[in-house]
Amino acid sequence: MNFNATLIGQSITFILFVWFCMKFVWPPIMNALETRKKQIADGLAAGDRGKHELELAAKKAADKLRDAKAQAGEVIAQADKRAAQIIEEAKIAAKEEGERQLAAAQANIAQETNRARESLRDQVAALAVAGAEKILRREVNAQTHADLLGQLKAEL
Amino acid sequence: MASEYHSSGEYIKHHLQNLTYGQHADGTWGIASGAEEAAAMGFWAINVDSMLFSIGLGVLFLFFFRMAAKKATVGVPTGLQNFVEWVIEFINSTVRGSFSHQNALVAPLALTVFLWVFLMNMMDLIPVDWLPYAASMAGVPFLKVVPTTDPNVTFGMSLSIFFLVLYYSVKMKGAGGFFSELAFQPFPKFLFPVNLLLEGVGLIAKPISLALRLFGNMYAGEMIFILIALMYGGGWILAAFGGVLQWAWAVFHILIITLQAFIFMTLTIVYLDMAHAEHH
Repeated sequence: MNFNATLIGQSITFILFVWFCMKFVWPPIMNALETRKKQIADGLAAGDRGKHELELAAKKAADKLRDAKAQAGEVIAQADKRAAQIIEEAKIAAKEEGERQLAAAQANIAQETNRARESLRDQVAALAVAGAEKILRREVNAQTHADLLGQLKAEL
Repeated sequence: MASEYHSSGEYIKHHLQNLTYGQHADGTWGIASGAEEAAAMGFWAINVDSMLFSIGLGVLFLFFFRMAAKKATVGVPTGLQNFVEWVIEFINSTVRGSFSHQNALVAPLALTVFLWVFLMNMMDLIPVDWLPYAASMAGVPFLKVVPTTDPNVTFGMSLSIFFLVLYYSVKMKGAGGFFSELAFQPFPKFLFPVNLLLEGVGLIAKPISLALRLFGNMYAGEMIFILIALMYGGGWILAAFGGVLQWAWAVFHILIITLQAFIFMTLTIVYLDMAHAEHH
């Protein structure tokens, strides 16, 4: 073990190496490492955020779907109600129409009956007059006894 | 290859000798021809092999890391960048675990310490004779390929770290605060000479233990490789046994070199953390 100037040479070399390492090697690599670490952290955070947003969106979509279903149900119920109402109205209208037509027909019938009765009455009166004429022959004057005949006609 | 030497002692000595450049006794400058001559050169000599290998490995590490740093992207990392990021994440988490203050120097310092020491230790895994033999073919008399088996290298680092510890101690606590930390505890104030002695020894022990631990481990590991390599000169059976031993020791050594680099780095961080802390 003999010490010589190698000691000084080694110290200087060592100091130069450390200086070089501190100046030109450590900072750029450390920078790259730190930046990458930050990027990865940011990426993970963004991923988390995306996941969260996806969950929110899914929840929103489910809400919307439920709302839409409820609305559709309401619309269907309304439509059913309306259909029932329309049927009901149609039934009433038909009934009214039927009653109206029935009334008209009855009125018609009554009219016809009246008319037939009138003509029958006339014919009966004429027949009665003819019969009486035949029985009484000249004695009975149609014109003088018109009042009597009219009275008779009204009684028939 | 041990047969090329006159004795195993000479072989071991040769392998443990640095390639030292300095001033000879007669005033000329040149490579020392042996341990005695290297010692005689005094302080103003330099271990060329330690310097070359340590600088080469440090430059290699910084080159690849700088390449990755230049191309560092925030996107998907590939190949080299992936590896570099893995190392840096590891160092960063270790620093965060042991260092609880704000200092931009500590993490790059820890990275440099860990990888540089690791690479220098890793030279130990190259079979001990390869590079020195190749060097001797090229006319270089000595070559010690593992820089961390040279105390100059480990002390060079640990003393630099020690000065950083002193600098941050004074910067964070002030000269007075640092002195009171050394003088006024663990015993009451009137016993401050005792405190100063205890804490002073503790302080000085930090760089010395840091450097000696690494040096001792690597030196011993290298020594065992050299002893195993000696068996290759002892006939076929011994050589085969030596081969198995060398393989086993190298596998075990992978653990040791990593562990030593890690310990050196961790203690560096801890010492700097203590320098920043207000109280023990």
